[in-house]
Parts: sequence; structure tokens; C-alpha cells
Amino acid sequence: MSVATASPSDARPRAPAARPLAPLAIFILLALLPLAATLGLPPHWLTLVTRAMIFAIAALSLDLVLGVGGLISFGHAAFIGIGAYGAGILITEGQTELLVALPVILLACAIFAAITGYVSLRTRGVAFIMITLAFGQMAFYFAQALSAYGGDDGLTLYEKSTLLGHDVFANRTGFYYIALGTLAVCYWLARWLVGSRFGRVLRAARENAVRVTVTGYDVDRVRLGAYVISGMMAGLSGFLLANQTDFVSPAYMSWPRSGELIFMVVLGGVGSLHGAILGALAFLITEDVLSSLTQNWKVIFGPLIVLFVLFTHGGIAGLATKLRGRRDG
Amino acid sequence: MAEPALALKGLAKSFGALKVTNGVDLTIAPGELHALIGPNGAGKTTLVHQISGTLKPDAGAILFGGQDITRLPPQARARAGLARTFQITSTIASLSALENVALGVQAHSAHPLSLFGNAARDEALNAPAWEALEAVGLAERAHAPAGSLSHGEKRALEIAMALTLQPKLILLDEPLAGVGHEEGERLIALLNRLKGRFAMLLVEHDMSAVFALADRVTVLVYGGVIASGEPAAVRADPAVRQAYLGEEG
Repeated sequence: MSVATASPSDARPRAPAARPLAPLAIFILLALLPLAATLGLPPHWLTLVTRAMIFAIAALSLDLVLGVGGLISFGHAAFIGIGAYGAGILITEGQTELLVALPVILLACAIFAAITGYVSLRTRGVAFIMITLAFGQMAFYFAQALSAYGGDDGLTLYEKSTLLGHDVFANRTGFYYIALGTLAVCYWLARWLVGSRFGRVLRAARENAVRVTVTGYDVDRVRLGAYVISGMMAGLSGFLLANQTDFVSPAYMSWPRSGELIFMVVLGGVGSLHGAILGALAFLITEDVLSSLTQNWKVIFGPLIVLFVLFTHGGIAGLATKLRGRRDG
Repeated sequence: MAEPALALKGLAKSFGALKVTNGVDLTIAPGELHALIGPNGAGKTTLVHQISGTLKPDAGAILFGGQDITRLPPQARARAGLARTFQITSTIASLSALENVALGVQAHSAHPLSLFGNAARDEALNAPAWEALEAVGLAERAHAPAGSLSHGEKRALEIAMALTLQPKLILLDEPLAGVGHEEGERLIALLNRLKGRFAMLLVEHDMSAVFALADRVTVLVYGGVIASGEPAAVRADPAVRQAYLGEEG
């Protein structure tokens, strides 16, 4: 405390604060959408955007490891599957209480993430992609073999989860706001995490793991922590998905689904968090609009994504920043 | 009391048939600036890797402050106070200079991986980071991303990062490599200012810098030590003149 210099506030300016305007705008617009529904927007849109927000939770969780941590996980759909099957199996067995289901699902996802992450993190680069893909497919085949719960055909749910006996998921608008609330909490948690000491080490290790290691950190431990948190978040999205569709199937954790999640993150802008939300919304809404126009919508959808990624480095979030920069000067 | 900061005892490492480190003995006293020189391919960087722990020696022992660290992983050595800078500048490009240094402070804090609170606004991390930046003359560039700093500034930043590890010994792997003359002069002055606060092992090609800074000099050729001692004595050593300095005329 013997700093002899003048007032440190002069010599030590604070970092320019980042203003999270884009995420705020996204959440305000999403919160207002049900109002538009009362003004004549087809109710189908509420269901669609609810579904998009559920996938946004999964995309957000993936962005945490892929964008922030630099780990390309190609098996993230497995966590959606574990969450969905957790809800489905408990409901089938007569246990609809979500205060029971959620801890079970989060624990299952954490254990699956800890084991598969521990093994996967022994590898780097392409090997990491392949091994997470392999674990994802293992979960997929396991679900296919679950003949007591529908096996290959999937599992139809005749009830939804309840909160202390209340049918909180029964109402379409209610479900919409539950999904929005969950997404907002997850986004806030993710931002909190990225800004924390833990998050700083995770970000630094993406760029230069050797530097971070010789600075005195156990990089694999930090990455495993992020992987577990991310897996639990994706499990939450699976829980909501099962309740929205009243159906659970092995397809939820097939590898194309994992690929779609990566698409959403890349489409929205890797590592920006709110980009993952935009990516999921854009992906699912475009998919829905195109598939209502033509049966061969995938022929249009594929090239559209390729063009978009080619011409907007940094995805939708990056595009917004670029446009703002151009306008400012 | 006079436990050496670092002692290498019969350190050996081979890549196949090539002996890159051939029975190296070396001691560095606390506060000493020890220079390691030698022609290209003499095994200087390999030796630094073994001391910092990113490469395992085949035989021999590394004593750090009297404690055997031969089997310790790099992060444990860093925590014990053994810091290093890299031959190729190694900073986190997207983080600001201040955050790069704060990352080092954080590693030695009570909760290096805390999930709570915003790290960028954490005064417990920022205050020591500012001090280290001021010590190396980088305070004005504190909020610039490390990737946008000049080459010499990055070198200074690396030294600031090493300072925050509360080091007992810093390994400096060619800090002047690729740095322009003027920035080089500034770095030499910086090292001179820091001299005595902790021991330093300086691997360097720039002979004028080595003889201006070093308390003692060790010459490495083909993985083995051919001379070690005061700069003047090493400079006069016939074997050294023939093997190394002779090249310069």
C-alpha cells in the first residue's frame, strides 16, 4: 500500500465497458412476441418460436464449449437425448413432478459429461471431434435398444411434467414464457461464467493452452468443468423438448442433430453466446418457412447456409456488429 | 542459506541417437543473472524445456531452491515460482495486456478458478497486474489487445506476466530475438532494472546484451557445457573462442 504515484485513477484507466444491447433487444422482442399473437400472428408461430428457444438453450450450451472453450463437440445431441429420455421415462413411470425430474436429469447429464469428457479431453483437434461423435452415437444406439421405452419407435408421452401438481406446461403461452425464462437464465449464467476467473482461463486456453499451462493452470480440468456445465444445460433443453413434443425418440441424439447444433452456433456467430440464440432462431424458422413452401426445402436450405457462412464471417452476431460499425463511421 | 536457485545435475536427453543434452551440470545462485549461450542447435531451448517441465529428461536431476522438481509437471513448477518466457512470443492475443497479466496474478490467488464475480473488474487481480505493467513500462497500453502490441511490447508483456508469478527464477528464452535495435535497448535496460530481484536464466544470441547483463555465462555446444564462469573468463576461454565466438572473427 505504499504507492507513491499520484491518484491511480489517472494512470490506470478502466477498461471500456461492453454494452450488451443486442442480447437485451433479442430478449425484449421475444418477450413481446405473444402480444403479436393476440394481434393476429398465427398461433403456430408461438409453438415454433418456443421450439426454437428450446434449441437455443442447447446451442448456447454448445457455444460455451465450442465458441468459448474451442472444443468442437460433435456429440452434444446426446445431452438433449438424456434430458428428453429422463423426462419421458419418469413420466411413463408415473413420476411427473419436475422438481424430481430436473435433479435426476441434471445429475445424469453431469455424470455422462464427466465420464465422456474425461476420456475425450485426452485428445485434441479432429480426434476430439471423432471421439465426442462416437460417444454421441453410443447414446443413440443405447436409446434404440431401450425396448421397454419404445426402442427404435420412440416413446409417446401421455402426460406432461408438473410443478407441485400444477400443469405448468399445459398452456401454450405459459410454455412459451417458461422456455423464454429458462433461456434467459441460461444466457445469464453463461455470461456470468465467461466473465468469471474460470471463464477467463477457459477463453485464454482456447487461444494458447501451453501459455495457460505454464502460467500454472490445469487446462484439462477447466475444460472438463465447462463440458459438464454445458452438458447439464443441454439436458435442460431436452427436458423442455420432451414436454413440448409429448414424444421422445432416439433421433433426438442422432449425429445429424449434433451437426445441426454446430450449424446454429456457426450461423449465429461462434463464441458470442447471443449469437447461438440468433442462430437457433434463424435455423428453425428458416427450416419451417422453407418446408411449408416446398417438399424439397433441403435443396434450398443447404446452399443458403453455405452462402451465409461464406459471406458473413462471425455469423449473424458478427454481421450486426459490422453493420453498426459501418453506420457509426 | 546459500541454496542455489537452480541446480542441474548430470541432465541428459536424447532424441534417437542425437544427444541434445549431454550430462549438463549448472548452478544459478539466488538473484544471479546467468546467461546460456551456444551456436544454433546446441540444445539451449531443449534445456529450457526440461527446466520448465514441458520436456522430460532421460537422466539427471533438476533442483529448484534445493527441492527436486525433476518429476513435477510444468504447472506445479510455475506455482513453485519458476516462470518462463517463450522464444516465440506467447501471449493471449484477444485478451488485453492487463488481462494477460491478471491471468498470471489469478493463478497464484486463493481462488484461481472461481465461478463467482467478474474477473475483469476484480481489483484483487487488477492492482498487482497494473504494478507489473508499470514495472515494464506498458501501463499506457494496458487495455490494448495483446495481439496489437509491437514485438518489443509483447516481450515486455511476457516479462510482466512472469513477474506476477512471484518468481524465484525466470527463464528468458531469447527475449531479444526479432526485436529492433531501439526496443532491444529498452528491454536490456528493463532486465538490468529487474536484476537481483530474482534469479534469471537468459538464453540469448545477442552477445553484447549477454556480456552487458550476465553475472555468469555458460557455453553449450552439442548438448554439453564447454565453459562456465564470469563473462570475462568465458570470453577469454580458448575452447569457447574456437567453438563459438571465433565465428564472429
